Amino acid sequence: MSEGPQDRAGRAAFGHKSAEIAVAALFFLLGALVITDSLRLGIGWQEVHGPKPGYFPFYVGLIICVSALVNAASALRARRDRDKAFVAVDQLKLVLAVLVPTAVYVALVGWIGLYEASVLFVAYFMRALGKYAWWKIGVVAFGQGVFFLAVFELWFQIPLPKGPAAEWLVAALRPASLWLRALF
Amino acid sequence: MEEIQSLLHGFEVALSYRNLAFMFAGVILGVIIGVLPGLGGANGVAILLPLTFGLAQSPGGATSAIILLSCIYWGALFGGAITSILFNIPGEPWSVATTFDGYPLAQKGRAGNALAAAFTSSFVGALVAVIVITFLSPVVANFALAFGYPEFFSVYLLTFCAFVGTSKEPPFKTLAAMMTGFALAAVGTDPVTGTLRLTFGSTHLLTGFDFLVAVIGLFGIGEILLTLEEGLAFKGARARLDTKVVLETWKELPRYWLTSVRSSVVGCFMGIVPGGATPASFMSYGVARRFSKDGAQFGTGKIEGVVAPETAAHAAGTSALLPMITLGVPGSPTAAVLLGGLMIWGLQPGPLLFTEQKDFVWGLIASMYLGNIAGLIVVLTCVPLFAAILRVPFSVIAPIIMVVCAIGAYTIHNSIFDVWMMVVFGVLGYLFKKLQYPLAPLVLAIVLGDAAEASFRGALLASQGDMTVFFSNALVGSMTGLALLLLFWPLVSAAWRRLRGNY
Repeated sequence: MSEGPQDRAGRAAFGHKSAEIAVAALFFLLGALVITDSLRLGIGWQEVHGPKPGYFPFYVGLIICVSALVNAASALRARRDRDKAFVAVDQLKLVLAVLVPTAVYVALVGWIGLYEASVLFVAYFMRALGKYAWWKIGVVAFGQGVFFLAVFELWFQIPLPKGPAAEWLVAALRPASLWLRALF
Repeated sequence: MEEIQSLLHGFEVALSYRNLAFMFAGVILGVIIGVLPGLGGANGVAILLPLTFGLAQSPGGATSAIILLSCIYWGALFGGAITSILFNIPGEPWSVATTFDGYPLAQKGRAGNALAAAFTSSFVGALVAVIVITFLSPVVANFALAFGYPEFFSVYLLTFCAFVGTSKEPPFKTLAAMMTGFALAAVGTDPVTGTLRLTFGSTHLLTGFDFLVAVIGLFGIGEILLTLEEGLAFKGARARLDTKVVLETWKELPRYWLTSVRSSVVGCFMGIVPGGATPASFMSYGVARRFSKDGAQFGTGKIEGVVAPETAAHAAGTSALLPMITLGVPGSPTAAVLLGGLMIWGLQPGPLLFTEQKDFVWGLIASMYLGNIAGLIVVLTCVPLFAAILRVPFSVIAPIIMVVCAIGAYTIHNSIFDVWMMVVFGVLGYLFKKLQYPLAPLVLAIVLGDAAEASFRGALLASQGDMTVFFSNALVGSMTGLALLLLFWPLVSAAWRRLRGNY
């Protein structure tokens, strides 16, 4: 797209039109999936129970497919010169710079514990996007970890996945929290 | 006046020290949630919901829990105005219209007046809506006691068709989003026969999608991704609210009483008929501009242009709870989350609530009066504090909000799978927002999908498959008819425009 529409933020990574069509295609797929399973379950009438389990979802899937087609058609009809950028390259980079670490974060939650993963996640985020000094990062990252640990593990007593460090901290802080509980 | 007596009893329930403490805590938390990017009424309440599971088990605890959560909602409604006026960033979709005149006022150095006017008119709008709730909801509940399957289905139909008819998004996008919600709701066990549907052999999907996870992802993660695009720096006006400015504004406000009345009516109507707070605020702004004698100057910083959308948004946001407690049909995503809370605490929302859970219902209604007073006091006194939160750099606050969202999603069922789903919903929310697919009907469909389907199938079973059951009496017929009219409203109005254009 050498002379394509340009956003103020820079070169377009995707056009609006392609994004519209891609999402409409996703909707169509979803609708088709729902229809397929509904047909398996039966969309007719049965004695005692009335409409079969697939009856309602079948029409839901049908409406999704029809809407997807209409939306795709109206996206195709849109004039090309009015095709705005859906997301600029710089913006997409920023979004991916958050989305990918978020996925890594969720994977880490199951692996090394939620508090430990959160400390790393906050630290990464502050370093990569905010360029903060390490001591500031340390204060905020560990501060939030200890804060949430105190609120969830000690105050509301809702256990979250913990690694060894968090386990140790909970054990260390428990006497103090019991003492505070007894006071109030 | 049975209502007055019940209400007084409600005040007795709400005025305990414990409940008052929950009220203030809720409002303060709510304003913070409303001010922060990525956290709003709906996902804020969804994240905090698991914390109330324990509380709701204690005697009278369900009432305290609903007071806490509904006050978070009021706080979030107030908080949206702060960011709109000071930073030109609507914290909540319903405060978009507040930026039109609020931000110009702040640029002129009259941020204090704009804030005072916004808070006061929010309070007035909410107050009108609570009075409507007090006197109308027992009537509606009583009326709804006689509802059968066809009547309930026509109420659901009306709710969903209203989205197609009133939303400013393209109708087929609204339909696609809504039906996706229904499809997600259908995943898991069929409510009537118990057959497994749409699980495709996955054990994670056996229990279906939890709408709380969807809400946290769509509104929380999606919003953060969108905010990222806008750039990371917030530039805003400074605000001080001293007594002089507040009094000065209060002296000016009575001039706009007619605007307030109109906006309250628009708001209450749009809240009860589920159009929601967002269209209500736009509509009310439009109406005010049209009828005001200096309507041409709207958008340049008129106090009246702040009064109109704020009154309507609060009236609508508050009255959205009326169909929720009387019929079990929420009028907004936040009301839907509150409804979900009620069900988790073991209360069955609907007309029976008024006869079986008097303490709960009237405690809630009384707390709406008190909570809004508490809200007004908190926001008028603490604006600089809340504005300071917005000055915390995005690269610090965003990861912490993501962590809060992840914790919220995890605690619902103690499952990491839910946290993954939250991320997926976050990406969907980002795409949907950018492409103008509305999120509210999607969320409401996930919540109400099973109930709507059950009432539809129940009605058809009773009538042996005869569709005319939805027109079998005047009540159900007129509701179904109105629903169909709203559904085809975009077509009707387009045809009308074309006809008028030709002549």
